[in-house]
Amino acid sequence: MRLLTHNMLTCNIKGVTKGFPLSIEVQKLETKETDFNPDFLKNIFPKLEWKAFHDAALSVGLNDIPEQVDPVMLEDSEFLQKFHHALLEVHLEEGALICPETGRRFPVSKGVPNMLLHEDEV
Amino acid sequence: MKLKQLESILGDVSQFSKPKIDLEQYPTGPHIASRMVYMAETTFGDISGKVVADFGCGCGTLGIAASLLEASYVVGVDIDYQALEVAQNNMQELEVEMELVLDNIQDLSWRGPVVDTVIMNPPFGTRRKGADMEFLSAALKTATTSVYSLHKTSTREHVQRGALRDLKAKTAEVLCELRYDLPASYKFHKKREVDIAVDLWRFTI
Repeated sequence: MRLLTHNMLTCNIKGVTKGFPLSIEVQKLETKETDFNPDFLKNIFPKLEWKAFHDAALSVGLNDIPEQVDPVMLEDSEFLQKFHHALLEVHLEEGALICPETGRRFPVSKGVPNMLLHEDEV
Repeated sequence: MKLKQLESILGDVSQFSKPKIDLEQYPTGPHIASRMVYMAETTFGDISGKVVADFGCGCGTLGIAASLLEASYVVGVDIDYQALEVAQNNMQELEVEMELVLDNIQDLSWRGPVVDTVIMNPPFGTRRKGADMEFLSAALKTATTSVYSLHKTSTREHVQRGALRDLKAKTAEVLCELRYDLPASYKFHKKREVDIAVDLWRFTI
């Protein structure tokens, strides 16, 4: 699971009002190189919850994603490289995603987050 | 990539070894899958460079097709872990990147409209009534541009009314009618092959 996917997921347990962002528990990370595409980054930027992305990057050990960001930074190639790496190249292979409201743990195994709810959570 | 080439590569995608009847796990064959994704790309430009989700991805055929046509980011969602394991093997074999999430479309854990395009082959809703429209509802809430989906031709009016009136799609259009030639995957299929007419729909948001 990459951080762009993390940025899409929320805890959907019945009654939970603030299920986003899920915090990340890391057991194993992998880095896989992928093609750098600045246009894609510019396109996805407005759809991201930046604070959640920043916090997620920190939890996978990347401290070079600024907390505040200005669209003008999308013209800076050094920034785009860091953005690209954090968003698309770091994979959480083993670990968990944790609901900020209930503490419910959604395990991540072989890179696949298990977001299925139990019967009493629907 | 040409259509024929795409269809040929998708022919190598492994499918369910033991399909689950309650989930209506029918494989999306290379003929239909390649045409669906190829049309989304060449007619509407909805794949290349986009974030694409495949709901009920099963063994990953449609998501893999989107990836081969240069979608920038593909996410496959399925409720069945065994299907996702097959999808993972397919991705490795074909050297394709795709994110996989184990989740239930009925209460999808997504925060809102974050993907550009959803492309899917949902259950037809014959085993569990309404399953087809639940998938469509989730897709229309998640996509920002368009949704491509297969539905039985016999349900055309029902799908159109549901999409436009209940699910508030901006447009709902049948792009073409396809023959879904199911190999007899289940015991209740008496004939060796079951030929079903399906519509390829494009919905916009």
